[in-house]
Amino acid sequence: MAPRPCRLRKVSKPPLISGLKPYGDKLKKENVSSIFLFIEEYEAIRLCDHEIMNHKQAANMMDVSRPTLTRIYTAARRKIADALVNGRQIIIEGGKIYFDSEWYQCSNCCCYFNNPGKMDGIKECPLCRSSEFTNVQQPE
Amino acid sequence: MKVAITSTGNTPESELDQRFGRCECFVIYDTETNSIEFIPNPNKDALEGAGPASVQIVASRGVEKVISGEFGIKVKSLFDSLKIQMIVIKEPEKKIIEIIDMLNKQ
Repeated sequence: MAPRPCRLRKVSKPPLISGLKPYGDKLKKENVSSIFLFIEEYEAIRLCDHEIMNHKQAANMMDVSRPTLTRIYTAARRKIADALVNGRQIIIEGGKIYFDSEWYQCSNCCCYFNNPGKMDGIKECPLCRSSEFTNVQQPE
Repeated sequence: MKVAITSTGNTPESELDQRFGRCECFVIYDTETNSIEFIPNPNKDALEGAGPASVQIVASRGVEKVISGEFGIKVKSLFDSLKIQMIVIKEPEKKIIEIIDMLNKQ
């Protein structure tokens, strides 16, 4: 029987950087492979060690169970430790994730819409151009 | 700017299709040239992967907004990463021509 497919992890926003590079004289440029840190692992580190949440809260944020979050977090720490000790480059990419975007509901035409360009805020409903809208949870 | 709308038929009088991946037809509407293009959906009877395949179709036309009744979880994340705006209208009897009129206002 095929194993149960893994649950998609919710990530609130994509990381600012696509990776980190080591530097230093003793660094052997050859035969050091890079490490792929998954975006879900980046998110786990961000929630637990940057936002200082406990694993239960972080698991809630990523919409997975607490043991799963701990597994992701442990994998992330091991990868980062490997990169630090062996001077590997970290590349942040991949993973079973989806980005959580904010949803709005227009009070005039009752449609729901999201805002993919997070940088600039939304000013009007894309459908009827009404400026009356409210922030909602994802439409079911 | 191009907008994709899911439709239950290939006329402007057709109604909005409430499903995205397995809708009958896509309407690509260009707000600048006012042109309407109908694309029959090849994935409407697909058992699996209809959503991502449909995302491919509309994304290849260079649309910036997609209007439908519902988007699946795979589709949502794909559109999010492609920076295409999703608009959900929960009114099944809405006609394509009415939606185009709304987009054209002002």
